[in-house]
Parts: sequence; C-alpha cells; structure tokens
Amino acid sequence: MSYEFDFADVFAAWPELLQGLLNTLVLSALAMAIGMVVSVAGALGKTSGPKWLRWFIDEYIELIRNTPFLIQIFMIYFGLPSLGIKLSSNEAALIALVVNVGAYGIEIIRAGIESIQKGQVEAGKSLGMRPLQIFRYIVLKPAIQAVYPSLTSQFILLMLNSSVCSAIAASELTAVAGDIQSRTFRSFEVYFVVTCIYLGLSLFFWSAFAGIERTLLRKPTR
Amino acid sequence: MTMPATAAQGDVMIEMRKVDKFYGDFQVLRNIDLTVSRGERIVICGPSGSGKSTLIRCLNQLEEHQAGEIVIDGTMVHANLRGIEDIRREIGMVFQSFNLFGHLTVLENCTLAPMKVRGIGRAEAEATARTILERVHIPEQALKYPVQLSGGQQQRVAIARSLCMNPKIMLFDEPTSALDPEMVGEVLDVMVELAESGMTMIVVTHEMGFARKVADRVIFMDAGEIVEVAPPEQFFTAPRNERTKKFLGQILHAQQS
Repeated sequence: MSYEFDFADVFAAWPELLQGLLNTLVLSALAMAIGMVVSVAGALGKTSGPKWLRWFIDEYIELIRNTPFLIQIFMIYFGLPSLGIKLSSNEAALIALVVNVGAYGIEIIRAGIESIQKGQVEAGKSLGMRPLQIFRYIVLKPAIQAVYPSLTSQFILLMLNSSVCSAIAASELTAVAGDIQSRTFRSFEVYFVVTCIYLGLSLFFWSAFAGIERTLLRKPTR
Repeated sequence: MTMPATAAQGDVMIEMRKVDKFYGDFQVLRNIDLTVSRGERIVICGPSGSGKSTLIRCLNQLEEHQAGEIVIDGTMVHANLRGIEDIRREIGMVFQSFNLFGHLTVLENCTLAPMKVRGIGRAEAEATARTILERVHIPEQALKYPVQLSGGQQQRVAIARSLCMNPKIMLFDEPTSALDPEMVGEVLDVMVELAESGMTMIVVTHEMGFARKVADRVIFMDAGEIVEVAPPEQFFTAPRNERTKKFLGQILHAQQS
C-alpha cells in the first residue's frame, strides 16, 4: 500500500465542513421538533380519534415504514412539482425527515400512552377534566417518560438519515463532503473527517437528550 | 337520620331508578333503586363481584348503564350526555388504588383540576389546597411526590384532591382495601371527619366499624342486586335476609380474627 494520507486539502475546506455540520444540526433539530409534534398529535389521533382518522394514520404509518427513505425524498422533491408543489432541496429534506420520523414516532408515543394506567385517566375524568385536558396534563408527560429511550434513539436515527438528503443536493454535511471529495479526490480523508463529525453530532444530541431527561422529564425518587 | 316523608326536590341528591348494567351478556347491576338525600351517608358492602363498585362508578358515568335512570342533583346522566364533565366535577371519587398523578407534587395534584376545570387562579387554588391538606393532616407533604408517601398518606392526598373541587357528593370505592392494616385508621379518621361536616357520601367498604359510626343506611349487595337496606344498628344486629346474615357472619369473623 503506497497511499499517502494527506488531510491538508480537507482541512483547508473547513469553512464548508463547518457549514455542512451546522446545516445538518439545524435540519435535524428542526425535524426532531416538528416530528415530535407530529408524533404526539398522531398518537393522540390514533388512540382516541374518530375512526376515519385512525384509518388514515394507520395507512400513513404503513406507507412510510414499508418504503425506502430515499424514495420518500425523491417523491417529495421530484414528484410533488408535477402536482404544482415546488420545494427547495432543503425544504424537501426537512419535510421528508418529518414525514419519515413521524411514522415511527407516532407508534412510539402510542406505546407510551397505552402504558399509562387506566386509573390515571379515570381520576382525571372524576375531577371533571375534559379528554384533551386529561391527555395534556395527566397522560402526556408520563407517556413520554415511559418511551423516552426509544424516542431519542429514533431521533438519532433521523439525524444519521439526514445524510440521505444529499441525494437531492440539500446543503447538509454529506453533500458538502461529496463536493470536497470530487474536487480534491481525497475520498478517504474526507469521509474519515465526516465520520468523526457525525460521531460528534450523535454525542451532542445524546447529551442534549440526557439533559432534557434530567431537567424536564425528571422522575421523582423515593 | 330520619328524613321527612315528603322530601323536597332539592333534598334528593342522587336517584337511581330501575338501573340495569351489563358487561356483554353478563348482568352486573339488576334493577337498582336508590335515593340518597343531601347530607346522607351510605355504606355499601357485599361480596366481591356483587356490583357495588360498578354502582358508584355509574353515578359519575365512569361506567355506562344500559337501562333505567340516574339523576344527580336534578340532572339525568347517561352515556352520551354532553357536558358530563359538569356533573363529574361535583362528584368527588376516591379509588382503591389512589390514582394520584405521579408526575405531579401533592400540591399540584390538588390544584390541577381546580385551575383547569374551575378556572381558579394558582394562588387561590394553592391556598385552598393547603387548607384542605391541613384538614387531612398532611400539610407538611405538600411539595412531595406521591411515590415519596406511604399508602395512607397517598389516600389522604387523594381525598384532599377531590375535596379541592368542592364537590357536593363524595364517592369512595374501597378506599382502605389496598392499605397496610396500620394505615387504615388514619384514612378512616379523615372520612369520619368528612362525614361529620355534612358531606353526602357513598362509601363502598367492608370496614364495619366505620359503617356503624357514620352510616345513615347500610346497603348490602349480592349478585348485582340491592338485597337489604337498613340503618346500621338494625343491619348489624337484626339483618333480615339470609344472604346478609351469611355475609356478615363471614366478614365479622374475619375482622375479629
């Protein structure tokens, strides 16, 4: 093996890499936040919505969980313009990530809701609370606490999945890496550095999730 | 307590007329007739599966009934009643398993419904809650979480939580059955004090000492029917129905041993 490692060109492109990192961070964080709203609303609809809504949510979940993410992105970015809906690549990437994570998130939150004892809901009812109040003030937080590890794993997967968005030239980290690679031909060096950056992003999100658990979702101890 | 023969309309708090309830084909309540006056204290006892919990759960419609009428303070309740919440908030309920909200402190358990349902401001709700926690003898636990309390303390918080809604009726569904024996007394004491304050109460329990002390009438249920209704003195000393006698024999024997 006579390959000589040379990271100089890759390091020289640090402003691009930094921008890619920030874009991936923002794209993922936004998708997580919106995805969380979709997941909670969807889980509420699936557990206590009208029949037609449950059917719709079920179909959505099955559709997303049984098709490749890449095809979902293409559908949104290349498919929707035929119907007159034109999106920038970053908009399409965000929507695709939200649509994708929502399908998994709904099922995770639903499991959390179903783990809540019936007596909690009955206590809320007996106090005269309306169904949405019971959900908001009694069920939601313990439900999220119960499934928090699954939920955060899914969000990490979302962040890693965002690299697929490079296929529609969204300006995230993997796309930036492709640009640098095609310019410098330093494939190993580029992707080695990018691997490290993704690892760092994962660690960042894990510690952010742990911080949220320690503060907002802290469980009382005996 | 003797009621005048012609009780005024406003004096009837709860009325059940020919109430039937089924789980599928299985009939849980049969032809229940029961009238409870304002301020009256009723104790319901009977073997497990006799329908006594189901009966009180029909009153606030945690369970639907299939036939007959239930009237709470002048309003007929049924499964599809819009605004059932308006009825429920006037009926406090204490459960066998406490059902406190584990993610909320004692104080938050007591202020949640007054704030969200009655629209009372936080300061006022907290002041009321602290007064009522005083009344159930646990003011010092206000900032703790349910898991940090004993069973007896938790059940007293549950009673306080209901009282904070200032209900007209209190229902108790075997409130001491899940407690360690040494904690039964502290919960019963609070219930006796509540009874003395004039609250309309229906209590499903096998605590016969409590029944003797506070009940205006004791009801014995078996197989979904009201078998016998009598003032406690008569109920315990001279039960008329054979099933009542048998049940009392078993339960008094068990409580003495």
